[in-house]
Amino acid sequence: MKRHLIAACALLALSIPAARAVEPSEVLPDPALEARAREISKDLRCLVCQNQSIDDSNADLARDLRRLVRERLVAGDGNDQVKSFLVDRYGDYVLLRPPFKSTTLLLWGGPFALLAMGAAGVAVYLRRRQGPGGSDTAPLTEDERRRLDALLKDQG
Amino acid sequence: MRRLIFVVPLLLFAGVGAAFYVGFDRDPQAIPSVLIDKPVPTFALPPLPGQSAGLSSEDLKGDVQLVNVFASWCVPCKLEHPIITRLAREQGVTVRGINYKDKPEDALNWLARNGNPYATIGADADGRAAIDWGVYGVPETFLIDRQGRIRFKQAGPLTPEVVEKQILPLVKELRKG
Amino acid sequence: MIPELGHYALVLALFTALVQAGLPLAGAATRNTAWMAVARPASYAQLALILVAYGALTWAHVVSDFSVANVVENSHSLKPMLYKVSGVWGNHEGSMVLWVVMLAAFGAAVAAFGRNLPPTLKARVLSVQAMIAVGFLLFILITSNPFLRVVPAPIDGRDLNPLLQDPGLAFHPPFLYAGYVGFSMAFSFAVAALIEGRVDPAWARWVRPWTLAAWSMLTIGIAMGAWWAYYELGWGGWWYWDPVENASLMPWLAGTALLHSAIVVEKRDALKTWTILLAIITFSLSLMGTFLVRSGILTSVHAFAVDPKRGVFILILLLLATGGSLLLYSLRAPTLKAGGLFAPVSREGALVLNNLLLSTATATVFIGTLYPLFMDILKLGKVSVGAPFFNATFIPLMVPMIAVMVVGPLLAWKRGDLTYALKKLMLAGAVTVAAVLWGVAAHGGPVLALIGIGAAAWAFFGALAEFAERIRLFRGPLSDSLHRARHLPRSAWGMTITHAALGIAIAGMVGTSAWNSEVIRAMKPGDTADIAGFTLTFDSIQQVQGPNWKADQATFTVRRGDAVVTVLEPQRRSYSTRMMSTTEAAIRTTLFSDLYVALGDPDTKTGMWTVRLYHHPLVPWIWAGGVLMALGGLLSLSDRRFRVGAPTRKTAAQKGKAVPAHAHPAE
Repeated sequence: MKRHLIAACALLALSIPAARAVEPSEVLPDPALEARAREISKDLRCLVCQNQSIDDSNADLARDLRRLVRERLVAGDGNDQVKSFLVDRYGDYVLLRPPFKSTTLLLWGGPFALLAMGAAGVAVYLRRRQGPGGSDTAPLTEDERRRLDALLKDQG
Repeated sequence: MRRLIFVVPLLLFAGVGAAFYVGFDRDPQAIPSVLIDKPVPTFALPPLPGQSAGLSSEDLKGDVQLVNVFASWCVPCKLEHPIITRLAREQGVTVRGINYKDKPEDALNWLARNGNPYATIGADADGRAAIDWGVYGVPETFLIDRQGRIRFKQAGPLTPEVVEKQILPLVKELRKG
Repeated sequence: MIPELGHYALVLALFTALVQAGLPLAGAATRNTAWMAVARPASYAQLALILVAYGALTWAHVVSDFSVANVVENSHSLKPMLYKVSGVWGNHEGSMVLWVVMLAAFGAAVAAFGRNLPPTLKARVLSVQAMIAVGFLLFILITSNPFLRVVPAPIDGRDLNPLLQDPGLAFHPPFLYAGYVGFSMAFSFAVAALIEGRVDPAWARWVRPWTLAAWSMLTIGIAMGAWWAYYELGWGGWWYWDPVENASLMPWLAGTALLHSAIVVEKRDALKTWTILLAIITFSLSLMGTFLVRSGILTSVHAFAVDPKRGVFILILLLLATGGSLLLYSLRAPTLKAGGLFAPVSREGALVLNNLLLSTATATVFIGTLYPLFMDILKLGKVSVGAPFFNATFIPLMVPMIAVMVVGPLLAWKRGDLTYALKKLMLAGAVTVAAVLWGVAAHGGPVLALIGIGAAAWAFFGALAEFAERIRLFRGPLSDSLHRARHLPRSAWGMTITHAALGIAIAGMVGTSAWNSEVIRAMKPGDTADIAGFTLTFDSIQQVQGPNWKADQATFTVRRGDAVVTVLEPQRRSYSTRMMSTTEAAIRTTLFSDLYVALGDPDTKTGMWTVRLYHHPLVPWIWAGGVLMALGGLLSLSDRRFRVGAPTRKTAAQKGKAVPAHAHPAE
């Protein structure tokens, strides 16, 4: 099954003349609208074969989707409406920026949770590494004083 | 307690390793359709030249049918064509075609050469209707129930295995209901 | 005959590696010096044998021996000689042979140069290194034999993928692999130290040069890959956050963290268990990259031909190497003693913070790259994680990283004075503010770009400020400062260059991402187009014939006002054997920007050609920064401490005793 799809993709690539990304004929006359189209295109995945946005991809379907995006914009859709138009047809898979929902909680929250956990770990570690006299402001605790005495005795 | 911390990397890695192992069984490129159990998209396609009827959403109500997206330039389509023909002729399943981004004369030639199992064919010259169906490659095949809802989708060519194990049982079930 | 010789040499190398993996390890456990001594000749023999195999494969490619399947599939008699040689590693089988060449070379280098390593540590390191070699040699021999013959031999080959027939990509893999594989040294040293149950400053001093060498190679490899994508893919993108790119970025990030944490182990005998873990993780990420590229488990633009059998094999290697070492880690790491004490505001503290941010960044790339896989396996649906995600998560982690990177070197060990450090950075801070203001004035945003340009200026000028402080610039006679600069250790020079170069590279990334301009136009000869103050005239189009390709070549005259600046000749090449076409962009590079012209398809009806024009400000700084970073690393590597000063354990221990502050109750 996988092999068939890849074969199909390879054949697609062969049968259709390669076109690289945005073609002059696709560009909208209104520069503001075109800029929006490019912005949206960068967030949409070319569904066939590769891991690229439709703005970067030379695949035939990517070109169709680029045209579609522009048509929707010309028809007056907002950026989010254009995206949800495609999500209705292809699912979240078409979005290169995954939507924030329960299943992507770990994706979006993971990095920051890790940073927080790491920071907590580092704080504990730094506290422990902080030898006698390591801090100017906090007076020595009883425990620290004992360790300091032991240390001084060792060296003496 | 302190010892436990040093086991954490091993446990995390075990999870990753298991994920990699299970990951072999899946196809990273297959995209499940979001249209399953939803009504077929509204569309109306003209016929190929010389044929009488095209294809529209209205044609897909009332009976259990297959919709097959094909093109003459698509090699895997040729591979699955005998299977589709058999489904139509021997199993009595109505198969309708969406001819994707094809030159009409090429499509007609291809059908003349390989046989035409399709009840009707809609010509989707610019591929726009196919986008409404969530098509991302050819061939793709959809199974539609009596209410005109999409119940199953196969991306890539049909194989005898898919027909035996998935399509025919589902057709039987849907015809009952 | 020669291919069979190569195959035979690989089999012999496997047996040599088996001996090298077993005997020295057993010898170290039983204090049998004769067994331990086997490691050195065995590692030389292993390298020699693998080189024979590699030479045989290269020979088959160079003479176009089409009875060898690997040559048939990846070469063509008309292919230029450069690509016949580089084609050896431009395919899965050959690249794996290059991989083991590097692996054996690093092992042999330890055998040759590690004369003052304690015999047991050296024996164990070489033994672990050989275990990795056994795994990969088995992998090559069982699943990826490059010497398979085809009968009957075809008349000509199928040619190398045209995208790979390019000078940038020809040398990208050797650097990349030298980096990936070089991290195996850190791994072997870490595992050996876990077996020994001992990590101390001397260990860190031994392991750092190898890590630094690997890191420098990987830096060049990644920069070359980005450069290639930039000019070859036809629209000037240089980084796509593609899984395969991420696979090289993760070991780089982890390796960067490792380099810095090893400094703390070397200077202060602290962060030991963490450094060991990082060494294991860094190489594991390298292995994972190898796995991801070859398993087909993720979609990617530039994956190798996918074969599940190979994927399973590499996965098993990954599980054994990483799983085994982490198991050992979980057993042995708790017994390692914690080392030196220090205040939070100190060089150590800054390095700890650096490690926190770099590891989180590594984890972020990891999560983003593999999340689609995890979701799919847990049947939670399909998602795509692309550039927008990484830009939103990775960049916020890099900004504080760079802030700390500048301040850290100005803090003293053990206990630093933040006020003092910031005072020294006032000038750099002022320049940073000026740079941001310039960004506002010249481009007016976007905010992310302004932050980026600030980070770049801060990194660059902060590094210079730290250097100026070291040589006491302007605080005495200039001759005194120059004298100090001359006598500064090369590792200090290396650090300054690398840190400043990161600033240069960031400026390049920001400039091209935020402020590029683009014109896409259908043009016919005689037409002109304007971009960024240049006027380009499409003069003509002609057919050009290459050795194994033919091309449409356009000629553009570039003018600024009336003065002719240059002539650019982009091509659209088609390679007949593979029926593929490539875009050969024409680029005019100056110090501050690139003018980039790519030729698209002709419209047969109108005779118009699609022409893409780009102006990429500062983009050359990315490559220059990358190369300078690597050079800084290599300069550090040439420091005499690394060459001759690697101390024996005894003197290191004595040194520790001589300074009372190093002693502490925990030990």
